[in-house]
Amino acid sequence: MLEKALTGTKKYYGWIAALLAVIGVGFACYLWQFQFGLGITGMSRDVSWGFYIAQFTFLVGVAASAVMVVLPYYLHNYKAFGRITILGEFLAVASVTMCILFIFVDLGQPIRVVNVLLHPTPNSILFWDMIVLNGYLLLNIVIGWKVLEAERNNVAPAGWLKPLIYLSIPWAVSIHTVTAYLYCGLPGRGFWLTAILAPRFLSSAFAAGPALLILLCMIVRKLTKFDPGKEQIQSLAKVVAYAISVNVFFFLCEVFVVFYSNIPEHVDHLKYLFVGLHGHGVLVPWMWASMIFMVVSIILLVNPVTRKNETVLVVACIAVFIGTWIDKGLGLISGGFVPNPLHHVNEYVPTLPEVLIGLGIWAIGFLVLTALFKIAVTIKEEVAGLA
Amino acid sequence: MKSSRRRFLKIAGISALGLGAKPVLDVMASSSETAAPKTAKGENVLTAKRWALVIDTRKLQSEEDLDPMIEICDKIHNVPKFENKNHEIKWLWAEEFKHEFPMQEPDFLNDRLKHMSFLTLCNHCEKAPCVRVCPTKATFKREDGIVLMDFHRCIGCRFCMAACPYGSRSFNFRDPRPFIKETNPDFPTRTKGVVEKCNFCAERLAVGKLPACVEASNGALTFGDLDDPESEVRAVLRSNYTIRRKPALGTGPSVFYIV
Repeated sequence: MLEKALTGTKKYYGWIAALLAVIGVGFACYLWQFQFGLGITGMSRDVSWGFYIAQFTFLVGVAASAVMVVLPYYLHNYKAFGRITILGEFLAVASVTMCILFIFVDLGQPIRVVNVLLHPTPNSILFWDMIVLNGYLLLNIVIGWKVLEAERNNVAPAGWLKPLIYLSIPWAVSIHTVTAYLYCGLPGRGFWLTAILAPRFLSSAFAAGPALLILLCMIVRKLTKFDPGKEQIQSLAKVVAYAISVNVFFFLCEVFVVFYSNIPEHVDHLKYLFVGLHGHGVLVPWMWASMIFMVVSIILLVNPVTRKNETVLVVACIAVFIGTWIDKGLGLISGGFVPNPLHHVNEYVPTLPEVLIGLGIWAIGFLVLTALFKIAVTIKEEVAGLA
Repeated sequence: MKSSRRRFLKIAGISALGLGAKPVLDVMASSSETAAPKTAKGENVLTAKRWALVIDTRKLQSEEDLDPMIEICDKIHNVPKFENKNHEIKWLWAEEFKHEFPMQEPDFLNDRLKHMSFLTLCNHCEKAPCVRVCPTKATFKREDGIVLMDFHRCIGCRFCMAACPYGSRSFNFRDPRPFIKETNPDFPTRTKGVVEKCNFCAERLAVGKLPACVEASNGALTFGDLDDPESEVRAVLRSNYTIRRKPALGTGPSVFYIV
């Protein structure tokens, strides 16, 4: 089936070439970082994780969201999603690939990465994160591939796939839970030290992932003869509507606890993000933009009139994606590190090479996604006799 | 031809599986028959159940009083000096009360403490969060309580830096060697991409010497075994009121401050 990714229209090749160009620039910057060290980034002694780890965290969410199409189809026999489960699973594959790459480029000594396997340390959450991420990647590759192959050959998927599919459902929840546990179990980081971090991660994931999937479905519909379906897109839109609502609700729970208890170690981080602290507030406009994007998207998505209008739906999904991306991909990590444990305020802004390396990884993700979607869609066209 | 290729793949696959599984199996086999490697101890080695440091801040009035300790520490441990604040490496340094003890600052702190500089270093916590989070055991706790680092095992994930509630850890954002004024050949320099911090002068204890800062402190610093009721640190703790940094977090710092 892989050969389907190798042939396409001029536009297809052009898109691939553009992605390869971005990857090339990112790779060149990575070689520079590899040679010089992480000093080419904006990270510091005080903000020791930055753009890379933030992207990783956001993308774990996108990956986990595949469960939002898999679960209704396999557990509730919601037939409509059968058409797009493969798209959800392949989106998960591309996202986890990016996650793993973002962790890799964040390592100070990448050539020693196998030490995590050579000296397995179960008391480290990073050890478990490695297991759940790699496991989830493998599950989705195997499930997606074998189900698609069965569809192509007009046979029922092999029986041994069923237990794997059922396993992939809690596994999806686990990847984002474990990722939240990386942060929320650390003493002295008031911003992350909250039991609602994992639920917040999941809710924003189940908003951002399906929102992206809706946009991808619309692109697929526009560019190919395969139509993911109106009902499918509307059902996904409802998932996004309630997930983003729950996400904002969870955030407000956080805001209440932090400000009503008024414990400075918790208050100061939220203050830094939303109003600035001791004259520092590089993220303030971003955080408010994030809130506005999320609230506007709730209005557009919960209201059936606007949700059912696909043009408005596109706007709403973009708003969800940007809003949750700012929240997790910018605010979450910096917000936890500023102010630092000694209560110094040292801000973080990513550098250009750092952003270019990040873009390179996003481009790798989109390359994987493009190839996998191309394969899936071509086979769907074939099966439907459209090709 | 085909069968030999298949055989090769088979053997390669099995070996790869074996290589990957071995360390995992080693961990599972907890009471493995292979004895722990024997390490010889030096003749003069100083030992303790739990090393601790008491800092008498009454004897350290100004930043100048701290300088000799910080200087000798940086010198013997090959701590580099960077212009760029983002790349800073710190083992032993000075902080004001409000930063050393954030959220512990009384509204009307007396003038002496308010403007004083406090020695800041790794607390060698009893229940160290950095040890808990390290995915490779590059940060580990010795049986004498010292939290140490294996610079050769560290992968530079910086999880320990996020976990440390005292900001005691530094990361080598670039090759530190060109920025060391005078290299001490008796202590390793570090490579880029690894984390480092104060080691309670483990290398000096091994040859019967007290930590360099203690030696340079003119008696303001007391170092000894917290577990031994007869030790000097316990005597100092018995007769003075001391505080520790962020006691509410339950990390159990081994550094005490007489204020």
